Amino acid sequence: MRRTLYLALSFIIWILLTWPFADGTIDLQIVIVGLVVSAVVAVLFHEILPREHGIFISPTRAFWFLLYVPVFFYYMVRANFDVVYRALHPQMPIKPGIVKIKTALKTDSGLTALANSITLTPGTLTVDLTGDGYLYVHWINVKSDDVEQATAHIARRFEWFIAKIFE
Amino acid sequence: MIDAFAYAWIVVGILFNIFGCIGLVRFPDVYNRLQASTKCVTLGTILLLLGVALAGRSGPMAAKAVVCAVFILITSPTAAHAIAKGAYASGVPLWEHSVVDKYGPDLAEEGRMPAVRDSALDTQ
Repeated sequence: MRRTLYLALSFIIWILLTWPFADGTIDLQIVIVGLVVSAVVAVLFHEILPREHGIFISPTRAFWFLLYVPVFFYYMVRANFDVVYRALHPQMPIKPGIVKIKTALKTDSGLTALANSITLTPGTLTVDLTGDGYLYVHWINVKSDDVEQATAHIARRFEWFIAKIFE
Repeated sequence: MIDAFAYAWIVVGILFNIFGCIGLVRFPDVYNRLQASTKCVTLGTILLLLGVALAGRSGPMAAKAVVCAVFILITSPTAAHAIAKGAYASGVPLWEHSVVDKYGPDLAEEGRMPAVRDSALDTQ
């Protein structure tokens, strides 16, 4: 199942990258090479797909994902203006530190998504995460070093969404 | 009209890349620099690629640009995370005016802190 899913995924990417075929028709050579390459990749690397691969074919999760994309981009653009402001300001108003936050997410894919979301959003960068649900986050403007309050500032707004998508 | 829109996106993307580089030069330590480079360069490059997708005016070009954008979006924060963790593990200190470090003490408690770190701190 994971192999099939991976095969389909890599084949779609292959087609997106090699399309258009010469003079607009389907080029059999490219398709065959793509299938072979995808099959090899699927056999070798299907392990990296998360164990909970069912999440890729669930419509409710897809719905929440589509809803999450604009929210994520909003925070990402805000994060960029924040960093640009701090980088260009003559006094450089930064107050950095590494804080610890707690998350209720359990699955690998959920934790990965949370860590990546934290890295791309205002003033925070995930440094490490432990097996029991703690993340160490580098924060460019530390507002609180308390675990609870830092969690409320950094992770709460994504955690809820990501639990809907990945858990 | 579409061209103007596409070029505007490319210009904004390049501006974000430039600001990211300014942050990279101005910020005091590895971790702050990673913040600047990861965020600004990711968004800047994505905007650039979307501009290219629009300016190309063809399905294939747009498909390639969007695939690249998605891969950058996934890999860039992961790489930053790996660099930050690697920097900490090899003893790169936080900026001297940093206000808090919860990571070091916890690592030392678990005995995962490499012995090199103390000497690295002493020499700096």
